[in-house]
Amino acid sequence: MVADYVDWLRREGRIVIVGASLAGLRAAETLRAEGFAGELTLIGDEPYEPYDRPPLSKGVLLGKASPHHTELPHRREIDAKWRLGVAATGLDLTAKRVRLADGDEVAYDRLLIATGVRARPWPKETEARLDGVFLLRTRDDAAGLYQRLKAGPRRVFIIGAGFAGSEVASACREMGLQVTVAERAGAPLVGALGGVVGAVAADLQTENGVDLRTRVTVTALEGDPVGRVRAVHLSDESVVEADVVVVSLGSQRNTEWLTGSGLGAGPRGIACDAGCRAFDFRGIVTDDVFVAGDVARSPHALFGYQFLSLEHWGNAVAQAEIAAHNMISPSSERRPHLWVPAFWSSMFGVNIKSVGVPPMGEELMITQGSLAERRFVGVYGFQGRVIAAVSFDSTRWLEFYQREIERGAPFPVEYLTVDRRPEGRKPVPADFPDPSLPTHGPTVTLSGYSPTERQLVFTPAH
Amino acid sequence: MTHASLLGQITDYANRANPYPLYEELRKTPVLHEEGGPYVISSYWDIKNLLHDPRISSDAANLAAAGDDELSEPEQTGLPPSFIRLDPPEHDRLRRIANSSFGPPHRPTRIDSMRGELGQIVTGLIDGFGDTRQIDLVDQFAYPFPVTVICRLLGVPREDEPRFRAWVDPIVAGLDPDTRTGADSVFKQTAQDARMQLGMYLAGLVEERTKEPREDMLSDLVTSHGPDGAMTTMEVLATSVLLLIAGHETTVNLITNGMLTLLRHPEYLHRLREDPGLSVRIVEELLRYEPPVQLVPQRTCIADITVRGVTIPKGSRIWLVLAAGNRDPERFEDPDRFDPDRGDIQHLGLGSGIHSCFGAPLARLEAQIALSELARRLDNPRLVEDPPPYRQNAVLRGPRHLNIAFDGLH
Repeated sequence: MVADYVDWLRREGRIVIVGASLAGLRAAETLRAEGFAGELTLIGDEPYEPYDRPPLSKGVLLGKASPHHTELPHRREIDAKWRLGVAATGLDLTAKRVRLADGDEVAYDRLLIATGVRARPWPKETEARLDGVFLLRTRDDAAGLYQRLKAGPRRVFIIGAGFAGSEVASACREMGLQVTVAERAGAPLVGALGGVVGAVAADLQTENGVDLRTRVTVTALEGDPVGRVRAVHLSDESVVEADVVVVSLGSQRNTEWLTGSGLGAGPRGIACDAGCRAFDFRGIVTDDVFVAGDVARSPHALFGYQFLSLEHWGNAVAQAEIAAHNMISPSSERRPHLWVPAFWSSMFGVNIKSVGVPPMGEELMITQGSLAERRFVGVYGFQGRVIAAVSFDSTRWLEFYQREIERGAPFPVEYLTVDRRPEGRKPVPADFPDPSLPTHGPTVTLSGYSPTERQLVFTPAH
Repeated sequence: MTHASLLGQITDYANRANPYPLYEELRKTPVLHEEGGPYVISSYWDIKNLLHDPRISSDAANLAAAGDDELSEPEQTGLPPSFIRLDPPEHDRLRRIANSSFGPPHRPTRIDSMRGELGQIVTGLIDGFGDTRQIDLVDQFAYPFPVTVICRLLGVPREDEPRFRAWVDPIVAGLDPDTRTGADSVFKQTAQDARMQLGMYLAGLVEERTKEPREDMLSDLVTSHGPDGAMTTMEVLATSVLLLIAGHETTVNLITNGMLTLLRHPEYLHRLREDPGLSVRIVEELLRYEPPVQLVPQRTCIADITVRGVTIPKGSRIWLVLAAGNRDPERFEDPDRFDPDRGDIQHLGLGSGIHSCFGAPLARLEAQIALSELARRLDNPRLVEDPPPYRQNAVLRGPRHLNIAFDGLH
């Protein structure tokens, strides 16, 4: 019976994908590639075909790429009905219908939710509306910011030194603009990579001429009489004059439209199983609703079955492919989404890449290269295991460390590696901030993580 | 068949024309270790993993310590090791400086801007076949083409080729495991002297460029003062020797193996004639199917490594047989079939990891242009003998001559 249903679904069922960005597009392509012949609808709140976001904080700001031409390449024809520029506003699980902002409703037999995240706005609305205050998530955001940077502002102020904020700071410096960056934590990137690596990122910024202010928060944005931003007030009572402000405070998951639907959806995303099936609010897995991309949060066997939310490009692709496959496959042929988290960034001429889940790391060992030279591989350990690695300008080594993570290799790393320096002989505390304190969002969120569980247990390697 | 005889057979010149059945045999023992010999790795994933493994060293000093004197001695003749025989951080520094005059981010258009020039050189060589209806592809095309290119790129006078060829040949022979096994001290001395003399020859050019820089890589190498500082004169010479040799020896084989393979699979030769764009896929599949570097014999491990349950002790020599991994049925469907239409043409033909082929963008472009032009211009080409006679070398494997008959030029 169940097999009959899947056969029917593959032939003439209706699949609706809410979210027309990277995950949505790749899922649609996978559905068609795997033989789905039914009706396919993609719903997206932006009026554009799916486009790529990583260039928006890099090449686009430098004028090397147009914000209007970062469309994602299509792998194949998907023969879909596009509903672009109209947001989904509700979900009726019983009637199996998605409600749209224009009042329309779309019926589905199986649904994929890939609504992703949006930039967290500046909390004070009147200040956020000042001319010159920008978020950076969409191509419209990037187009607006690019125009303003090109006009040569006297100073750009960036609130938040996560990856996005740091990349914008890098682009500004490359354009020769004066930049101030404010960060609540002690250094840039600490939420994602910890304080040791964050200190390297801090040096990178200051040596490239960024006015970096750490352990401060922004208390107010001040406008001039005609509503243009003029100055930024900080918690240390200093005031910085700036005519462009970029708010880079991490992201919020687009789940509000599911309120009351009965799905297990909330500020941390939509919980799903390793096969990408959504949980309802009772913790029961649904049959017909699947989740993929930044909005999903799913358990990972390699990381203690904790629920991971990953805002990573590669994760969006991998999870979309698994979700699409599972949507049109009988349960015996379903696959788990066990992608090892990986992300990259590029700032101030340095390529940064990470694999695994650095924020789980208690300790860090620089197994290759040197922090001072800003070319290194750092390995994070958690309870005697290798749990993550990060590289600065040493990307080619990370494949090896990914395998070490996958096989649960012992930590500390006691074997010799090429280019091991004296500083890399012993682990040091990775120095992550207390996860209960707010900071810019790390790019990996561990949702089952409790500060009280933090303890050091080392298993000797031999 | 014993293992000892298997490794011996692979390096034995008698099996040069088709080592692939031996590689298939080799893969049955994915970590092969003969008494006193290297650990030989032949499966795709194992090789790929070890190319990214920071416990594997390329340092000539480690190789010497592992007892492979024949391989390491030529490096100890006054010229320091080039970056192919070094580990980080020295490797990284020298390769970055070399790359700053070759590829992105500093010179993103250097290779692409040579496209027209490469086409002209190829056209000139094919026109030079004249009225003959039979050629030796190696001597008349596959060798002179990349030599001319690397000479122009580096700034080495093309007319000096007979001089430097006399030094390059013994150096390249020194890379051949079979030759080295039987090598006497005279042979080793010859290889050492050759490297020194090639270095001295290049020193003359480097001195000229120091005084009067031109638009070439030798000038860039001596004038480079980026964030990594400058190379010492000895480093410039070692790097130049490496680029000059690696810049043509492997490409000769890629082009010759390519034409041989296409003549054995004429349907692709025909398709390439109609669609030069197919050359991209053809060259990638060639790098898998007939890689110009068959194996990497210069690695050691600096810690114990376990591969498929076999512990390779610290200090061991390791051979990575790229050509065997490229035909691993665990990785490739129907691996012995030449199929440029494969869904995912990936290969170990250009290596991987930090030592992956420095000149890859140039080699790819040269082979793409060479093969598509040969396909377009030779009317009804066919092999005169199959298999052709091969070069001695088991590492840099390719035909010594490739006689091709044809009915005319288009």
